[in-house]
Amino acid sequence: MNPNLKWKAVFIVAVIVLCIYWVVGVPNFPTSLSVLKENFAHQIKLGLDLQGGTHLILQVQVQEAIAQETDQTVDRLTTALRSKNIHYDEVRRADDTHIVVRNIPPDQSSDFRDLISGNQYDSEWQLSSAPGEINSYLLTMRPSAVANIQETTMSQSVETIERRINALGLTEPTIQRQGRKDNEILVQLPGEGDPEAAKRVIQAGGQLELTLVQDPNPYPSEAAALAAHGGVLPAGTELLKQRSESRNPQNPSDTGDSWYLVSRTPVVTGRDLRNATESRNTEMPGQWQINFTLSAEAARRFGPFTDQNRGRQMAIVLDHQVYSAPTIQSRIEDQGRIDGNFSQQSAHDLALVLRAGALPASIKYLEERTVGPSLGADSIRHGVQASVLSLLVVMVFMVFYYRLSGVNAVLALIINLIILLAALAMFGAVLTLPGIAGVILTIGMGVDSNVLVFERIREELRNGKSSAAAVEAGFDKAFLTIIDTHVTTVVSAFFLFIFGTGPIKGFAVTLTIGLIANIFTAIYISKAIFHYHLAKMDRQAEVSI
Amino acid sequence: MIELFKQPNLDWMGKAKYFFALSGTLLVIGWSAIFFHGGIKYGIDFRGGTNVDVRFANAPNVDQLRSGLRGQGLGNSEIQSISDIANPNSNEVMIFVEQTGSTDQALDEGKAKVLKALNATYGVSAAGKPDFNATGPTALAQILTAKDPLGLSVGAGDKYEQLAKAILSVRDKDKNGVLTNFDDLSQVNGITPAVVSALKDSFMLAPFAIRNVEIVGPKVGAELRNQAVRVTLYALAGMLLYIAFRFEWVYGAAAVIAVFHDVLITLGLFKIFGFEISLTVIAALLTLVGYSMNDTIVIFDRIRENLRLLRKEPFADIVNKSINQTLSRTILTSGLTFLTVLVLFLMGGQVLRAFAFALVVGIVVGTYSSFGIAAPLVVAWNKWRGHDGLASTGTAAGNRPRGNEGGQPRLATSGRR
Repeated sequence: MNPNLKWKAVFIVAVIVLCIYWVVGVPNFPTSLSVLKENFAHQIKLGLDLQGGTHLILQVQVQEAIAQETDQTVDRLTTALRSKNIHYDEVRRADDTHIVVRNIPPDQSSDFRDLISGNQYDSEWQLSSAPGEINSYLLTMRPSAVANIQETTMSQSVETIERRINALGLTEPTIQRQGRKDNEILVQLPGEGDPEAAKRVIQAGGQLELTLVQDPNPYPSEAAALAAHGGVLPAGTELLKQRSESRNPQNPSDTGDSWYLVSRTPVVTGRDLRNATESRNTEMPGQWQINFTLSAEAARRFGPFTDQNRGRQMAIVLDHQVYSAPTIQSRIEDQGRIDGNFSQQSAHDLALVLRAGALPASIKYLEERTVGPSLGADSIRHGVQASVLSLLVVMVFMVFYYRLSGVNAVLALIINLIILLAALAMFGAVLTLPGIAGVILTIGMGVDSNVLVFERIREELRNGKSSAAAVEAGFDKAFLTIIDTHVTTVVSAFFLFIFGTGPIKGFAVTLTIGLIANIFTAIYISKAIFHYHLAKMDRQAEVSI
Repeated sequence: MIELFKQPNLDWMGKAKYFFALSGTLLVIGWSAIFFHGGIKYGIDFRGGTNVDVRFANAPNVDQLRSGLRGQGLGNSEIQSISDIANPNSNEVMIFVEQTGSTDQALDEGKAKVLKALNATYGVSAAGKPDFNATGPTALAQILTAKDPLGLSVGAGDKYEQLAKAILSVRDKDKNGVLTNFDDLSQVNGITPAVVSALKDSFMLAPFAIRNVEIVGPKVGAELRNQAVRVTLYALAGMLLYIAFRFEWVYGAAAVIAVFHDVLITLGLFKIFGFEISLTVIAALLTLVGYSMNDTIVIFDRIRENLRLLRKEPFADIVNKSINQTLSRTILTSGLTFLTVLVLFLMGGQVLRAFAFALVVGIVVGTYSSFGIAAPLVVAWNKWRGHDGLASTGTAAGNRPRGNEGGQPRLATSGRR
């Protein structure tokens, strides 16, 4: 054998052994058939459509976080203007990313500009004159700041959802960002579990605030509360509605809505929590409550605060709804509780959500798909049966039609599949049903490459070339055609991968890997086998094709 | 050697007008079906809504089911029975509910109502024991381990996991996914009467099983539709560029027109045979685009090579010869690929049905369009430009000096490198 061919053979065998090892040899060294099977199941991950499970796509309402940031800037700016004695008529959020400041006196306009440019505002906000208004200004949030908030909101949302789902104890959930606008999160929950619990827990806001009630009277409506304060709310306060489920069922008069006037700046927020657990409510049999513990740092603030405000009401606000507004009886250090007609399940969920932390913005469901386990099993069975059968048909035909060269093609196909599986395992890609379809199509293209080469070799033989020359010419001439057809398909698969989602992406992955493996097997390996045969063969003998 | 054809010598380009007529007829039939019968039939991915896929123990009474759905205000939902060549009596239906509300809570409202309607129609109480037909292997193994009807203490978990798998495999394969009587499980390997009675204690049996639920918000549907169209156009443009770079832009344009023709014909056939267009089908359409392109390139590649070798022959003859030379490859590859997708279509199960249909049609149409549409288009273009191809015998075109490329397609010069 010539040394060149020997090295090729070594390389090819090494690739095959490595691929087989990668598919069934890790993580445990295979000592028995069952370990082999376990390794295979570990390495080749199945998509939800094959193993059953729930797939959710949720959209994070990022603009809420942006609007919130704008609101906070309005607050900060108002305080700064006051402290610098700059007169203004109004500072108001015009929309999510714009703030209007009206009527700064001309002689103070340079002070105002200094305030903006000299502060942290400048990196986030762009100052311009408000169109059509004299002495008024427009602050526009810079695109970089918007992108920044978007990024933080998304990564916080993913982390929070991850913590919540992990707390549910589901097996191998996947939580990842996806989508063109990059405000979508894909949650995949394999297995047969009920998606309802997960959905409830994911969507709960979990924004806890403890804040002082500024007016002991609850009001039946927003308008009534406004009227009681002369149409304008006192500075730094807001009106919040009581959660309807928190009404006292024993008290017939407690039926309508109640609105509380509370301080806008909470004393304690969800971030100050150290722990939250549910327990039976000792005063109301059959009801549950949530007990929480504050962090040491928050307790140092909370202790003196409750001391000073004894006798006043403290509203416990969750997701902008007042759950309860108990009166502060004594100094509270780090313990508190939330009442509100909870069932055991809802108390459990809420405690979990509080422990995992709040979402920075609310969430909407866009898609929900649940594949029952029996359908998944059916799909695997059908997919595998179809693949094996089509592979058999192709192999039998190739050997029948091209004889020994057909065996060559069959080998190339099998090696192609092994490489494909190894690549799936290596990239951690998931095998889905469209992915299996991609595999079947790879088989088709693999056959095509072999047929192209073999037909070319036959043509050259008909033209009277010797076996060796015909093989050489056949591969040579088919090479460009194979490259052109494969590159064209890879180009389209590339677009599918970049712009496609879900099934389209899974299909593109296996197709691309399969096509690349195909060039290697149908040209490199197949040619090496031909060379090996030719080297052993009599010079005058005809190649079996 | 076994050969299908010995040196075929067919005049393909002479029959171009018949090919064009055939394609035109197919397009008109398919697209008049689309235009006059309510447009393209989109699947849930593209129109939004709720799909619930239910399998029943016995053939479901559709009228009864519909009246149950009407009770939940879902009177105009679509009920479609799903059967399979591999499993003709699957007793399976797909219930489609349009997305009604636009509020946030409404996304899974349709699903909840369908479940309520099913429970009410078949007298199932949702509050009682869990439904055995909705249970998967892990949950079943957990319950069995907790009850321990075999009285195992050590290694009970593994044992019950195997048992759970065996039990569910009987349910899903032998009992079509819906068990009606726990005593039917007595044939399971390793099961004892104690296990059966433990199952009876822990579960109830609904006469149906939910196999699949898909909910897609209405906005998402429209977005996915736009995205699919965009992806297809990008993929086509990418291929056009690559072929224009490797051959000539006329070839690229002809190839893209040919695959576009394939997609349009396949869409028409989808309408006629009542298949829905889903995301997976888009993947299949793009595959057929790739296949058709593949076929076309093989022929173009041969034309490019022959143009270099046979400078004196008329262009149409060169094209004919190229198609004839690649004919046995075309038949072999397309035939084998057709067989693989046919197997997929017949055996791939309901989820892949529409996908495989697109490919079965696509392979045939895609193979045909390579010689029936793409190649004749290039020939027609050359004729229209007033040259009978590069190596025309009429004038001295083939022998013209290379520099004179003003009105001369550069086909030969840019041939194989």
